[in-house]
Amino acid sequence: MISAVLLLLLIAAVVIGPFIWRVSISDIDVVAGLQGPSLAHPFGTDDLGQDLLARMIYGGRISLAVGLAAMLVSVFVGTLIGALAGMSRGALGYALMWLTDLFLSLPQLPLLLMLIYLFRDGLKAMFGPEGGIFILIVLVIGGLRWMPVARLVRAQFLSLREKEFVEAARALGASPVRQVVRHILPNALGPVIIAGTIDVAAAIIAESTLSFLGLGFPPDTPTWGRILYDAKDFLDIGPHWALFPGGAIFIAVVAINFIGDGLRDALDARKVI
Amino acid sequence: MSQYILRRLMIAIPSLLGISVVLFVVLALAPGDPFSELATNPNVPPEVQAALRAKFGLDDPIYLRYLHWITAMAHGDWGFSFVSRVDVDTLILQRLPTTLYVVGSSQLLALLIAIPVGVYAATRPYSLFDQLANTFAFIGFSLPTFFTGILFILVFSVKLDWLPFVYTSVPGSGIPWLLEMIRQAIMPVMVLGLFQAASMTRFVRSAMLDVIRLDYVTTARAKGLGQAKVIVKHVMRNAMIPVVTLIALQMPAVFGGAIVTEQIFRIPGIGSLLISSILANDTPVVMAVTFVFACLVVLFNLIADVLYGWLDPRISFR
Amino acid sequence: MALLDIKGLKTHFSTDAGVLQAVDGVDISINRGETLCVVGESGCGKTVTAMSILKLIAMPPGKIVEGEIMFEGRDLVPLSSRELDDIRAKEIGFIFQEPMTSLNPVLTIGEQIAESLRRHEAVTKKQALERTIEMLKLVQIPNAAGRVHHYPHQFSGGMRQRVMIAMALACRPKLVIADEPTTALDVTIQAQILDLLQDMKERFGMAVMLITHAMGVVAETAQRVVVMYAGKVVEEAPVDELFGNPRHPYTQGLIRSIPRIDLDAEHKTRLEAIGGSVPILINPPPGCRFAPRCKHAMSICTEQEPRLREIAPGHRMACHLGDAS
Repeated sequence: MISAVLLLLLIAAVVIGPFIWRVSISDIDVVAGLQGPSLAHPFGTDDLGQDLLARMIYGGRISLAVGLAAMLVSVFVGTLIGALAGMSRGALGYALMWLTDLFLSLPQLPLLLMLIYLFRDGLKAMFGPEGGIFILIVLVIGGLRWMPVARLVRAQFLSLREKEFVEAARALGASPVRQVVRHILPNALGPVIIAGTIDVAAAIIAESTLSFLGLGFPPDTPTWGRILYDAKDFLDIGPHWALFPGGAIFIAVVAINFIGDGLRDALDARKVI
Repeated sequence: MSQYILRRLMIAIPSLLGISVVLFVVLALAPGDPFSELATNPNVPPEVQAALRAKFGLDDPIYLRYLHWITAMAHGDWGFSFVSRVDVDTLILQRLPTTLYVVGSSQLLALLIAIPVGVYAATRPYSLFDQLANTFAFIGFSLPTFFTGILFILVFSVKLDWLPFVYTSVPGSGIPWLLEMIRQAIMPVMVLGLFQAASMTRFVRSAMLDVIRLDYVTTARAKGLGQAKVIVKHVMRNAMIPVVTLIALQMPAVFGGAIVTEQIFRIPGIGSLLISSILANDTPVVMAVTFVFACLVVLFNLIADVLYGWLDPRISFR
Repeated sequence: MALLDIKGLKTHFSTDAGVLQAVDGVDISINRGETLCVVGESGCGKTVTAMSILKLIAMPPGKIVEGEIMFEGRDLVPLSSRELDDIRAKEIGFIFQEPMTSLNPVLTIGEQIAESLRRHEAVTKKQALERTIEMLKLVQIPNAAGRVHHYPHQFSGGMRQRVMIAMALACRPKLVIADEPTTALDVTIQAQILDLLQDMKERFGMAVMLITHAMGVVAETAQRVVVMYAGKVVEEAPVDELFGNPRHPYTQGLIRSIPRIDLDAEHKTRLEAIGGSVPILINPPPGCRFAPRCKHAMSICTEQEPRLREIAPGHRMACHLGDAS
């Protein structure tokens, strides 16, 4: 409950924030650089004197958007592959599961870094520096996180397709697509929602990690991870600079994970003793 | 047992091949070619370019290029670093021990924390200890390693000034040198180890709770063995079986965390090598390091499989 | 003096819905060398009663709230789990219902039998192994010396139950509690296991408390029978007396539900079932707990709880019907 409120507050802050806190994210004021929190700058300033609250609000929008979009990608891909693997009784099912296991044993972060390294220039040219990176990061993070969803969906399919009501639909001559869309998918929804929730947190961490390694959004786009990356060389003189974005990531991730856990308990009565 | 290990090895090879295909396809699909810098450089004469392209087989069909590449990899010919001007394999072999040392010690630390805490929490479910352990575990795996790393530096290096935050690898010997080496590894190992311990504690606890209510545990208690012996010999032994699998599934995340940790503390391992080569556009090194990480993951999965077979007699007898 | 004397035992479980009175005032006594059967439907509290003796129920949520369990004149209820460890397996052995899940899958059967010996008797590893093989021979496991190093999954269900019996008897306990030892087995195997139990009982002279829901098993093995319903004892009698002159309506129902193949076709009657099902034991209504399913229920049955009383030597029952006549 508390985590849901916290998360809503965080979302509200980054959505409405810019209309209330009308400070530019890129006003440079070197004289006022590296100041701690004050009235003029509630979260302090960075080395160039840019206002951290404004930058945090802006970055939060990107971080949360990346998290949500990447989750949608991974849930979509995962559901598709899991459903295909769950419905086919032959070689296709085995092949897809082998692929899932293969992806599960891929070293995610190195691959993520490599993909971004290889593709960023091309996409930058096509969609502009920010849009290109956004699309790339979302696709790559989502594309590397669909496996748990696929496994869940497949497992649900395997158990559900033998259930009486699906048998009944099959006996009545429902087409496979109809069986899936009308009868199986709605029942497989619960676990997928839980996995999706956790995926948002994982995607936020992944995006922040990339930015933190200096390989995410371009330097002038202040995502939470990027702010942390810039701040890490000034820990001794401006610790506030690192603490605010780090704290924001942590709060978002804890809140989302808690919600995922709560949903699991709510949807899976078996686990509650 | 040896037959079982052999069979697992046979399964590991296709997955390594699969990973190599994925990597190669990604590289081949990448816009621009890895030698574009050479190609656009007016100082390189066209015939040299053509020779280079022929040498690397860039004009061949894709499957031939893959075969070419994979045989070269298998022969230990991993290419040449454009930036460092050394062979990639030498470069990696130089850096690999540091990474393994940090990852290994942190895994050990994680096990040393997670097993006792998880086991104890499971024997007293919903007690104060259990709830505290759960909360810490939850916070632990929601804290990204880059943030814990920064917090640790802030507290232990900047504020308290107890530990160095930059890892140096000056060769030396003697007790003071050894102590220094240990001292500088404390923070990275803690960051990575605590992160791992958090999720492991949850695995151990839930696996223990699953086993503790099974019939054979009641049988063991009916023998008058005593709580400690029942827990260790009958419950833990069985609970470790699923835990091994879950830990193996975590390995990709562990190496991800290792890259971040190496970057924060500037540890000269293969993770920081990967980042610096990406920043320097050093494609052969990027490819090779990624592949090494993939191999490590597969290797650890293999070790987990062997452990699994050793823990569960039902598997190895099949 | 009886070997085991349970008096007024109440074992309750706290659940989200309220306190579940699984065992609610049970008196059972077993003499040395005697076979006592405890019968009743699933959920009547017979297993909980047996598990309470050695405190093998999960506590919490389970709790022995009242009563005493006198074993050789010593009350087991106040003992801690640690103190009970000296009695478990050594004095009272336990055979469980599910041979498929009651053995630890990752330890050899030899290890699992020997650990009981090594806990309770001063034996070396080698002696324990020898005694284990000897026990396996006694329970008629072929090639005992080789099989001792095998894992549970390499045995069939019937063989595993033999292993369980060997394990329960390894330390020569004075009492063996067998909780539905044949329920999970094939019919042909069931008879073998019951024979084996009988055989072991004669060899070692221990008392057996056999818990079952099958009246056929009762008729074959028991000397005395206790019938339980909804956490209470409703009737207790020597086996011949119980089958010949069942007094409680529930016992009568149980006996009528046994298929008879010894009667010829014209005497055959329809098999009778007892209507309704076991009540939920959270806040049960006052009066006799069988009343809602009883054909003879009177107004007093829903108001006042019948007491267990002696109606003939060795024959006790709890029903208001006896009072009226």
